[in-house]
Parts: sequence; structure tokens; C-alpha cells
Amino acid sequence: MSVRRRPLPIATGRVELAHGAGGLATWQLVDEVFAPAFAPTWAHWSSQGFTTATLDDGVVLPAGLVPPGHRLVQSTDVHVVSPLFFPGGDLGVLGVHGTVNDLAMMGATPLTLTVGFILEEGLPLLDVQRLARSVGEAACAAGVAIVAGDTKVVERGKGDGCFLAVSGLGHVAPTVQLSARRARPGDVVIVSGTIGDHGVAILACREGLRFETPTVSDTACLVSLVAPLWDLGDDVRVLRDPTRGGVGTTLNEIAAASSVGMVLREDAIPIAPAVQAACELLGLEPLSLANEGKVVVICAPAVATTVLACLRSHPLGRDAAVVGEVVDDATCTVALRTPLGGMRVLDWLMGDPLPRIC
Amino acid sequence: MKYVTAFRDPALARTLAAGIALDVRPDRVYRLMEFCGGHTHALARHGVLDLLPDVVRMIHGPGCPVCVLPMGRIAQAIALAKHHDVILATYGDTMRVPTIDGESLLSARAAGADVRMVYSVDDALALARASQNRQVVFLAIGFETTTPPTAVAVKRARDEGLTNFSILCNHVLTPAAMHAILDQPEPVALDGLVGPAHVSTIIGTRPYEVFAERYRLPVVIAGFEPLDLLQAIWMLVRQVNDGRAVVENQFTRAVTADGNPRARAITDEVFERRDSFGWRGLGQIPHSALRLTPAFADFDAERRFSLDDPDVKDHPACRCGPILRGHETPQQCKLFGTACTPDRPLGACMVSTEGACAAAWLHRPRGRGLPVVPGTAA
Repeated sequence: MSVRRRPLPIATGRVELAHGAGGLATWQLVDEVFAPAFAPTWAHWSSQGFTTATLDDGVVLPAGLVPPGHRLVQSTDVHVVSPLFFPGGDLGVLGVHGTVNDLAMMGATPLTLTVGFILEEGLPLLDVQRLARSVGEAACAAGVAIVAGDTKVVERGKGDGCFLAVSGLGHVAPTVQLSARRARPGDVVIVSGTIGDHGVAILACREGLRFETPTVSDTACLVSLVAPLWDLGDDVRVLRDPTRGGVGTTLNEIAAASSVGMVLREDAIPIAPAVQAACELLGLEPLSLANEGKVVVICAPAVATTVLACLRSHPLGRDAAVVGEVVDDATCTVALRTPLGGMRVLDWLMGDPLPRIC
Repeated sequence: MKYVTAFRDPALARTLAAGIALDVRPDRVYRLMEFCGGHTHALARHGVLDLLPDVVRMIHGPGCPVCVLPMGRIAQAIALAKHHDVILATYGDTMRVPTIDGESLLSARAAGADVRMVYSVDDALALARASQNRQVVFLAIGFETTTPPTAVAVKRARDEGLTNFSILCNHVLTPAAMHAILDQPEPVALDGLVGPAHVSTIIGTRPYEVFAERYRLPVVIAGFEPLDLLQAIWMLVRQVNDGRAVVENQFTRAVTADGNPRARAITDEVFERRDSFGWRGLGQIPHSALRLTPAFADFDAERRFSLDDPDVKDHPACRCGPILRGHETPQQCKLFGTACTPDRPLGACMVSTEGACAAAWLHRPRGRGLPVVPGTAA
């Protein structure tokens, strides 16, 4: 496009309402910030003679995108996080990982993403660029192309800097049958690593807490970690990434969906010392805190050793552990055997995790 | 030593539990009240109750600061946040406590009130410094443990000349509540008392001597870890067996006979006793709570905003009262696990994880027909 214009003052400028009004300013933001950040994700597509960088209202995906017999999986996720940049990641990375991981939990190889940015008036353009680059880099690393996007701007005070909506398309082999409804008594519960890292990292840097801890978010793309499990067949019943609500809520969801109970061994659950210390201090339950780079696997005992070996051979699954088993229980209770040998119930997260007074 | 694990050692716990089992007399019951909500939570959280013989019955006491706060005081805080345009700063677990109308500080915030969660009174003070054009009110609650920091904050506010900081004081006193429990018209039958951990670091062990002497009640001050609790319970069982009633200190790594005189001195400088204070479940208890002394009255939100005395009535169907007095167990309340769950609490004992009902919910037996919280089937 041969429009004469001054380049965006990215180093000093801020998001203005005009950037979302759909006119020249919007086009310029796309052209100078988003397009360069997302272009590398199209490299693979371009080599196949396919163009995505158009200003059409949508993208036409090529026929033959999906291997014969495979089914399409569609997923969407909306991300809000405060602060936008946190130890271990930022909103952009989180958005890509969130959607890509949801596809992976369905057994799907992610193909394409669409991203929607809702920007708050006043957000530094430099931050927008950082977030856009994070999205692009995370998508490249996950091997997905960003094929469509949109931007809107809301007035100052009506957004938390930036909200990010990411939809994703993937394809799943006909043999894969993963679902939260498939857990059955006797199955084994496995988590892929230390829990609560993301929750504590965010809590620690949130305004007003002033709590210093070396904890960094675990946000990560889980596709290569779980892909080997897709091929293990019917015996791998459920894959879930325990994000909001933590492992406790995820297991309660699975228990309710499958009409089963679970019994976990508390001392088998991997928790980083810094996370445990923070939880002790604040009176929080680590099993209720968010994770962004962990997977919960429910599988038949016959493949438990294989699953564990698969996970542990991957850098993201080094600390994988069997943490409990699925039991017959009409009340769908998830219970925890404490190291002392007592039992307690592990509930859904109720409201927001609130610290105790003392 | 790793404090997170050292006092949770499973082998030592089994040894202590075996000792208790060996020493209890099968022909009698040991009714022991843990006063403190921190102990109530620890008993459920670590599954300590499952290690105790049937004859040892733990009765949950009223020492949960959120639970003993009358609904009217929460309503007062909500009204302050809604109608006086203040920033109301509060500890996290008070935010979900419902009033009689089902309102909470969280719902008030959703409706536009400026309610901020803080982790300490220091954060509230920092808010006041940073928001000079707004009034900041700290909802001060808690027993003797949280009172000294509030006192320090009020003194700092005075020294810095901060005119936009005040506190809504609901600080209460442990020994007064213990007297109220033991002096009720229908006293609850008790054989021993597990004394508070953190409170005792401030007040020391001496204030409990009166309970051993006047009520012939064994008292053991205990730490908050499972091994602390098991050892304290064992010490109480032995006192009961020997017919002794003395104050013993299991929590020697933190509690001394004199406590923390400096913390008490600053508390006494800033606060004085109210003539009477309405507790949830326990009713009016004379000299059981604190207010700012005349010298610091400028920092009293009740005065600054001319607040009326709050109504301290409870929800009519809620059994928080008898439960806090030790007369009933959470399971005896008709609302427990049906209309009142941690997800939608009616009574304060279900809101705080230190509350007797929340602890009982956490420790409810698996598969015995208590309702599942409905979720979204995936």
C-alpha cells in the first residue's frame, strides 16, 4: 500500500482510540506492529505457495490441510492477566500456550490461530509490540500459523491494558478418544510436574502484595510433551491442563464428568519449595492455584509406567509423578490422603483463592 | 531444619498417635476444645482427626477472627465503602463473609464500592500515603496477634500526620472469649483446652492460669503444626488421667510465660477495652474487645464517619452460634452442606477456612452422600 505516512512512534507513543477506529491508524498498527510480529509464523505456509497476509475479511484455508481421516478440533480461550508482563512470560505467550494446549489436550496437532487484541487507550505502543512479538514467537515455537486477527481499542479505564482472545484449529487422528468423561475406577492419576508455579508467580508480582519469591510462571507449550501419549490408544483416557482453579478443580471436573471419585496421595504431589512456602505463608491451597505448563493425565494402570516414562523423558515433564487413583464413588468426591495418613476432601476452588488473616 | 516438613513428619506423628492411643482410658471420653481457628484448620487440613482414638473428641472453639465477627459489623464496613466513598482495605478472608441480606464486601466491590484486599495493615497505610485525596479505612479484625501491627500503623499515621487513614476496629481478646465459653448459662462439658499458638506468642502463658485454677481445666498451648497438635493432645490426655489441671506449654519454640511485652505495651498505648462487644454466637461479652484510646480517637472510623452501633443479629436458621459455643457440631446444622457450603456460605463458620464448618466440610467422609458441588461437565 502506497500511503505516505510517518512511522508509528513505537518507542514513545501510546495506544489511542484512533488505533481501533478502523481507519488509517488501525491499518498502520497492523502493518507496523502486528504483521511483522506474525509474519514468521507464515513461513511454512508461504513455502507451500499459500498467502495469508491479505486484508480480506477472512482467511481461506487450503484444501488438504488435514490428513485423510483426521477430524478438526476448534478451541478458543480469552486471556486477562495483571500484570501483563510477569516472571516467566507475558499475556502474549500465555494466550498462545493456552489455546495450543487446549488443542493438545484434545489430542489435536495445532494448525492455525486467530488472535484478537482488545487494547486500552494509553497502553504504551512498546508494550503492544512486545506482546505481539511474544504471540508471534510463541506461535512459531508451537509450529502454528496466525492466520487472522483483529484489534479494538477501549477507553482508558475500561480495560486492563490488554485483553487477548485466541482461537485455534487443529486436527486429531481418528484413533484418539480423549475426554473428561472417560475416567474409570482403577485408573491412575498423573501430573507432569510441580504445581502452583504460575499462580504464585502472578500473586507475587501483583500490586499490593510485595511478596518476593524466585518463582516464575511455568507457561509452556505442551504439544511435544503430550503428543507421544496420543499414540498410546484407548488406555490414555483424559488429558487436561490444570489452569484456572488448579489441579484440584480440574480433578473435580473430571470426577463429575466421569461419575467417579479420586483418592490422591498428598506427599506424591510435586510442589516447588518456594511455592509451598508462599502457600504456607498466605494460607493458600497449592492445588487450587493456576498452572500454565502442566498436564494431568488419567490412564489405565497398564500404561502408567509408559506414560510416566514418556513424560519424564521430556524437559517439561521431568518431575512427573503418579499422584493418585480413580475410585468408584457416586458422590464424585476427590479426596486426599495426607502424609500423616488422614483423609480430607479436595474441593472445587470456591471463588477466588483468598489468603487467611493469620 | 525445614520448618515446612519437620513438624509434619509422618513417622513421628504415628509415634505420638500411638502414645495417645496407649494412654487414653477406653471407659471415658476426652472432650478437648481447640480454641483457635488455626488449630481447627490444621486438624482438618492434615487429617489429624483420623489419627485420634474415638474417645478423644475435638470441639471446635470460637477462635476464628472472621467467624466471630457479627454480620452487622460486615454490613457496617460495606455501608462505609458504599456510602462514604472511602477505600476500604481488608484481609482477604473477610471479603466473602455474607451479611444477613446476602451481601459481602466482594459483592459490594462488584457493585462499585472501592474495596481492596491487603496482606497487612502496612499495605493499607501505603494506600493512604498514595491516595491523599481519598479516605482509607482499614477493617481491623483479629485477636491479640494482629492487634500490635494495627497499633504500630495507627502510631505511624499519627507521626506522619496522615489525615486520610482510619481503622474500623474489631480487635477482640482471647481470654474474654474463653471466659464467655466457660461461664455460659449452659456450659459446654470440656476436659481440656488446646491454647492458641500465635496469640500466646504475644500474651504469654500466664493469662491461661486462671482457667486451670478456677475451672480445673487442663490447658496446653500448642503450635499450629500437626506434630504440635498431637503432642499437645497427648499432654492434655495425661493431665486428665492424672487429675491435674495446669497450664503447660508445648509451643516452647515460640511462646514464653511473658509473651511479647513490647507488643503489648504498644497495644496498650493505642487501644483500650470497650465496655462490651457483641460477638457472633457468643453475644455481648464485657471487656472483650478494643477501641482506640482518646489520644488516637482521630483515627477511629466509627467516629470519623459517625457510624451507628451495628446490629449484631445472626441469620435465623444458621447454627453458627451454638457451634461457636461448642454446643453443636457443624453436621447438626440443617444448612450444613445443603444451603451452606464454602461456595455459597450463609454462616461465617463456613467462609473462613479456619471456621468449624469449613473444616468439617474439608474433612467430611468420602462417599457418605454429602452433595457434590455441581460443576460443568466437561
